[in-house]
Amino acid sequence: MIRAGGVTKTFAGGTIALDNLDFTIAPGEFVTLLGPSGCGKSTALRLIANLIQPNSGTITFDGPAPAIGFVFQEPTLMPWARAIENVRLPLDLQSVPHAQGNSSAAQALARLGLSGFEQSYPRELSGGMKMRVSLARALVARPKLLLLDEPFAALDEAARFALNDDLIALAKQDGITVIFVTHSLAEAAYLSDRVLVMTPRPGKVAADIALAQPATRNAAWRVTPGFAALQAQIALSQGGAE
Amino acid sequence: MKRALNLILPLLLAIAVLGFWEWIVTARHIPPYVLPAPGAIAAALAGNFGSLMASLLTTLTVTMEGFIAALVAGAALAILFSQSRLAERALYPYAVILQVTPIVAIAPLILIWVGFEHINLALTLIAALVAFFPILSNTALGLKSADQNLLELMHLYGASRWQILWRLQFPTALPYLLGAMKIAGGLSLIGAVVAEFVAGSGTATGLAWRIVESGNRLEIAMLFAALALLASLGIAIFAVLSLLEWALLKNWHESALSQRN
Repeated sequence: MIRAGGVTKTFAGGTIALDNLDFTIAPGEFVTLLGPSGCGKSTALRLIANLIQPNSGTITFDGPAPAIGFVFQEPTLMPWARAIENVRLPLDLQSVPHAQGNSSAAQALARLGLSGFEQSYPRELSGGMKMRVSLARALVARPKLLLLDEPFAALDEAARFALNDDLIALAKQDGITVIFVTHSLAEAAYLSDRVLVMTPRPGKVAADIALAQPATRNAAWRVTPGFAALQAQIALSQGGAE
Repeated sequence: MKRALNLILPLLLAIAVLGFWEWIVTARHIPPYVLPAPGAIAAALAGNFGSLMASLLTTLTVTMEGFIAALVAGAALAILFSQSRLAERALYPYAVILQVTPIVAIAPLILIWVGFEHINLALTLIAALVAFFPILSNTALGLKSADQNLLELMHLYGASRWQILWRLQFPTALPYLLGAMKIAGGLSLIGAVVAEFVAGSGTATGLAWRIVESGNRLEIAMLFAALALLASLGIAIFAVLSLLEWALLKNWHESALSQRN
């Protein structure tokens, strides 16, 4: 369980990024923070990851802070390192033995469909493949909580849809909690168990929507009235918030 | 084809210029103490090959030792700056003062302090001083240029200062350092030459001193021969450092990739 209570973050210069943010996220939930740019979504992720500190309020977990995987808007790979070395980074930093790190990293790459690209440098990979390496790196250390900051915004539609499906499957397999940040209503509707709609300046949660997702999600689901209904459900609450 | 042309064109130009040079010196009866013909320069080079090579070796040694000293000191200080803002604030102004003060003006002082009995040490120190600043300032800039998101990722995984330095900041700084090394290589040669000039005859025995000596004796062909060797040395240093840069960056850095196309 992750609880944010009255979290406020003000940046130097006086910009209030988040004002009195409250939410609770249950273990294994896939939650999306949806909102326009400048609503403090990324700030909220960084606060949860303990990369920055709130001015007031608290973020608490059941027990100690869980192992976290983080995926940025950009692939954020080390250009001088091969794919497998990039994925191995979290393990290297925890001084995992080299052979064990290599096999875990190769396995993580394979889960993201990148077998055979272990020795490639980032510049040799497409945008979608780079993001897959980045996701493999986030999953390699077996996190309990995965934080994604608009990870697929820069990808073409085909790559984004494929990664959406893979992300749902991987999160379910590992039984991890996911907090996903996006400004795309359709993406939020496709991925999430719950959507927290945020308003900009100062950022706060305007609506908390539970979505009833079907057993299987795929390309066909995207064109059903059911999927359109989920999007409408979010859009209506968004309209009410503004 | 394009590559071959890149080699052949400058070569053809060199042959044409040397031919014209040889012709005009003979045709116009230009005295050898004003402008010796290329043939005479080649003869001077061949005739004094042993002693000129010994001088080349002396200058090369001073240049290399100065360069390596500058590399080690500059990189070490840059690492210190990256770890301690306090050290950077305290020391950086002095590094700048060292840089903006013309080396020719400090050289006599260094020679006196170090002493003419340790002439090579003094020459090396001067060569190092000239080459030091580009290494320091570029490496310091490179160490600060690490990707902010990668830095956050390192913090997220609990990386230590040294892990961040070694795994993130140093690779980021490498292209900056290699670029600075190309500049510093040429500068340390200039430093060595200036140092020999200031030290004067009788103490230094490098190529620069040979130039001074030949000039005094009006042996202009010899002067040109020493000059040609000095230029070759500069080119060789640049070529070796460019090769090193290419070898280390060819797999990933934009600069090496754009050259490939």
